[in-house]
Amino acid sequence: MKPSPLARLPRLLRPGRGWVIAAPLLWLTLFFLLPFGIVLKISLSEAAISVPPYSAILDYSAETLNVALNFGNYLFLTTDTLYIAAYWGSVKIAFLSTLLCLLIGYPMAYAMARAPARWQLVLLLLVMLPSWTSFLIRVYAWMGILSNNGLINNGLMWLGLIDSPIRMMNTNFAVILGIVYAYLPFMILPLYANLSRLDGSLLEAASDLGSRKINTFLKVTLPLSKGGIIAGSMLVFIPAVGEYVIPELLGGPNTLMIGKVLWEEFFHNRDWPVASALAMVMLAILIIPIALFHRYQSRELKE
Amino acid sequence: MKKPSFTTLMLIAGLLFLYLPMAILVFYSFNSSRLVTVWAGFSGRWYIELFRDRQILAAVWTSLRIAFFSATMAVCLGTMAAFVMTRFTRFRGKTALSSMVTAPLVMPEVITGLSLLLLFVHMAQMIGWPADRGMVTIWIAHTTFCSAYVAVVVASRLREVDLSIEEAALDLGSPPVKTFFQITLPVIAPALAAGWLLAFTLSLDDLVIASFVSGPGASTLPMVVFSSVRMGVSPKINALATLIILAVSLATFLAWYFMRRSENKRRIAMAQQDAG
Repeated sequence: MKPSPLARLPRLLRPGRGWVIAAPLLWLTLFFLLPFGIVLKISLSEAAISVPPYSAILDYSAETLNVALNFGNYLFLTTDTLYIAAYWGSVKIAFLSTLLCLLIGYPMAYAMARAPARWQLVLLLLVMLPSWTSFLIRVYAWMGILSNNGLINNGLMWLGLIDSPIRMMNTNFAVILGIVYAYLPFMILPLYANLSRLDGSLLEAASDLGSRKINTFLKVTLPLSKGGIIAGSMLVFIPAVGEYVIPELLGGPNTLMIGKVLWEEFFHNRDWPVASALAMVMLAILIIPIALFHRYQSRELKE
Repeated sequence: MKKPSFTTLMLIAGLLFLYLPMAILVFYSFNSSRLVTVWAGFSGRWYIELFRDRQILAAVWTSLRIAFFSATMAVCLGTMAAFVMTRFTRFRGKTALSSMVTAPLVMPEVITGLSLLLLFVHMAQMIGWPADRGMVTIWIAHTTFCSAYVAVVVASRLREVDLSIEEAALDLGSPPVKTFFQITLPVIAPALAAGWLLAFTLSLDDLVIASFVSGPGASTLPMVVFSSVRMGVSPKINALATLIILAVSLATFLAWYFMRRSENKRRIAMAQQDAG
């Protein structure tokens, strides 16, 4: 039997093989993995008025090594209702936004996958193009549209439908709208990739056997696109939980989101240990979604 | 004419949803009034004011340099990672590497930014480097998350490539490194270009991570825009937005044009082969 091509391929780049593995592995270990260890360490230290503003955990004095672990920051998070409300608010807003993205994005991706072949690339580029411009500017666009003397309120008042402006800026509604707008392309991309690979003959077979359209969709298309749904939802949900820019620009005083709270603890209160503890808890909440996304992504890479 | 289906209508509505706010931004950038939402006549004055704003021009230059170097480094690291993930057989650390490659794709930016800043502060304490945070630290941070995107783009291309040509070259005694540069590289070049462009735009766009790891000296364009936008709407930002949208649209159109041309060429070549 002929040896499979894959078994012989490692010969490619054999002399440099070690380096090819080592370079990205070292870089990512140093600049991606190690930093999490440091965040964990600092979340267990005490805030102090010094540079940098926290106390050392390991202290070598009088020939003994003192380890002062301090779980106070984590306890502090549970005693102040602000933090719990912010975590809950983030998850709620991120979940609603993800659901809306899915409801809008799925039909769009479906129509793209069913479009004539020569149109598909154009449609894909049209959907992705906004995400290549500027995130900040796309969020900014809504400030002019939603504000009290903004486009919508001015238009409605000009038409005489309302007398006084409806408050839309600085509400949770504006935040969700902003997230849906900013993240919609990232929902559509994996859904389209998945749906365009869908075997059309399966759908034909179902309809030949007398299945109704809605039934075919629920029994064939939807289960087969599960991978795309998970990937798209995680690409929206996970970053949305930690979102800072959108609640800062479109949200109001009632919008409690953890990314914004973390930012304020870090930059305004200069409480690095509490900010670190907030990041660790956020990571703990997101570990299952991240694992789900990773599983999908590694399956995609293997195929 | 056939009645359009529900999904087609949704696609049209969705595209309108994506493009209307951007169209409004562009429209009001030509407004002569300072108020962004009241139309007071056509004017190009905000573009002139934009080009007189030294702070914004300096930030554009800083951002472009960081994006150029980040994208270039990310293509090197990301391509290596993609190669390891798709071409190398099992080795210890492969799972660790592939998790570290995909995790930055979804990691909330505040966590990445905070963790990298704390790393830099620690390194400065322990080995005295980096003494000042600024362009170099932003470059490291951007390279790290951009290489994840490059790795995914390049890996998906590597999986499509026909292995038999690489195989043949190796069997005929071509050294592996030479095989890579002469056979594999030309085939995956479009993916490298796409990865580089993606990394470039991601780096240009990043606000949160750069705000954490930057020092007093280096302000990137998003940092300057953000501090201005926080104060409220400003027509100068509309003018800037219009220029960004124009540049991205132009680049996308060129990419589409070349992709279509190479596709057509291939089709003609295949047709000739069939005929001959």
